[in-house]
Amino acid sequence: MLVVYYSSPSEYTHRFAAKLHHPVRRLPLLTKDEMPVVDEPFVLITPTYGAGPHRGSVPKQVIKFLNIKANRERLRGVIGAGNTNFGENYCRAADIVSAKCGVPVLYRFELLGMPGDAENVDKGLDELCQASAPHAT
Amino acid sequence: MTEKLSLVSHVDAINWNRIQDDVDLEVWDRLTANFWLPEKVPLSNDVPSWSTLTEEEKTLTMRVFTGLTLLDTIQGTVGAVSLIPDALTPHEEAVYTNIAFMESVHAKSYSSIFSTLSSTKEIDEAFRWSTENQNLQRKAEIILSYYHGDDPLKRKVASTLLESFLFYSGFYLPMYWSSRAKLTNTADLIRLIIRDEAVHGYYIGYKYQRGLEQVDEARREELKEYTFNLLFELYENEVQYTHDLYDGVGLSEDVKKFLHYNANKALMNLGYEPMFPREVTDVHPAILSALSPNSDENHDFFSGSGSSYVIGKAENTEDEDWNF
Repeated sequence: MLVVYYSSPSEYTHRFAAKLHHPVRRLPLLTKDEMPVVDEPFVLITPTYGAGPHRGSVPKQVIKFLNIKANRERLRGVIGAGNTNFGENYCRAADIVSAKCGVPVLYRFELLGMPGDAENVDKGLDELCQASAPHAT
Repeated sequence: MTEKLSLVSHVDAINWNRIQDDVDLEVWDRLTANFWLPEKVPLSNDVPSWSTLTEEEKTLTMRVFTGLTLLDTIQGTVGAVSLIPDALTPHEEAVYTNIAFMESVHAKSYSSIFSTLSSTKEIDEAFRWSTENQNLQRKAEIILSYYHGDDPLKRKVASTLLESFLFYSGFYLPMYWSSRAKLTNTADLIRLIIRDEAVHGYYIGYKYQRGLEQVDEARREELKEYTFNLLFELYENEVQYTHDLYDGVGLSEDVKKFLHYNANKALMNLGYEPMFPREVTDVHPAILSALSPNSDENHDFFSGSGSSYVIGKAENTEDEDWNF
């Protein structure tokens, strides 16, 4: 299963994505850059940004990427990266994408991922591939 | 005291319209948007709940908070300030002044809790305990020695470990009370501190990693080894401190899991992989839930059970006006 992710220059999410065995694709860092159009089913990993509960949680690059209808249609689920220190805003961006696009939040992890997180996600993505295989042909 | 005062040698007028590192502005905005004061939290609502605690539980709570006060005082008057001369940009200097001030707000907020819940005599006794507890004093000494040392990157490591690891033996207790519906307003205040410390740890750790980019491989190896050695030194002391505090109420083992969990996060803030395996970081779900209502939902991947699988709630969608 293809994994599309956004990671800021702090590289946390990038380093998590690099641990996965599934193919990954990073969104451009700058909002002015053109966003890719994905032509296969994929799962999105997004960190959560912002100061308050009601603004700026979803990175602008992710918003721009999902504003492309073809990308939205192929989105199968979303994985949140965050830090539990942010309380109820932990992985809020994933919740927002989930509600907006009608796909499940598949997993949440902190920072670079705790031991076992990458393995869990790999396993889950394997299962997701198998589950959607009959429909793909 | 012959120690030389270390100050930035040259200062230009800071121009916030010329940003060298976007993270400086991003973190400044987040910190200022997060600004709060203890007076805004209705702590007095916790008075009835406080009276339901046993004497031992009250003493424990007071001691935990004086320990946290000490750390915040160190970070406010020495730690964050000691990072200013090594800043790479003028905006980084400004962020440290914000961090230093907020640590002083944190330190003062424990006094707000004390004066709301306790008597002068009990407060004085708790502060006396904090000056006499060897493990607490040792923790302060270790950190202070690195702040006074002459290695800017090591100072950042010590500072990140303080922000992201050393507070948590203390933070555990208000989360524990909150999970049992006790001292819930105090817990709200502590959650504000926890949120601030996450930004501080992230930022100082980020600047550490930028600093690592400018040194050679041998120096990077030295700093990595130093980081893990310091973490072990602090960890061993932290375990003793945890036993001093929590053995009486039987919570030490669970507090240690919380320590491991947060030590992993501190390492990650410095760009290192987490060290403690999953088996020793399985903090009680009630504590994680008190910390963050979402946090205990990530154990159930694709199984269809558990609330994380439920499609998100509709009221969360006001974020931005991203019209499809």
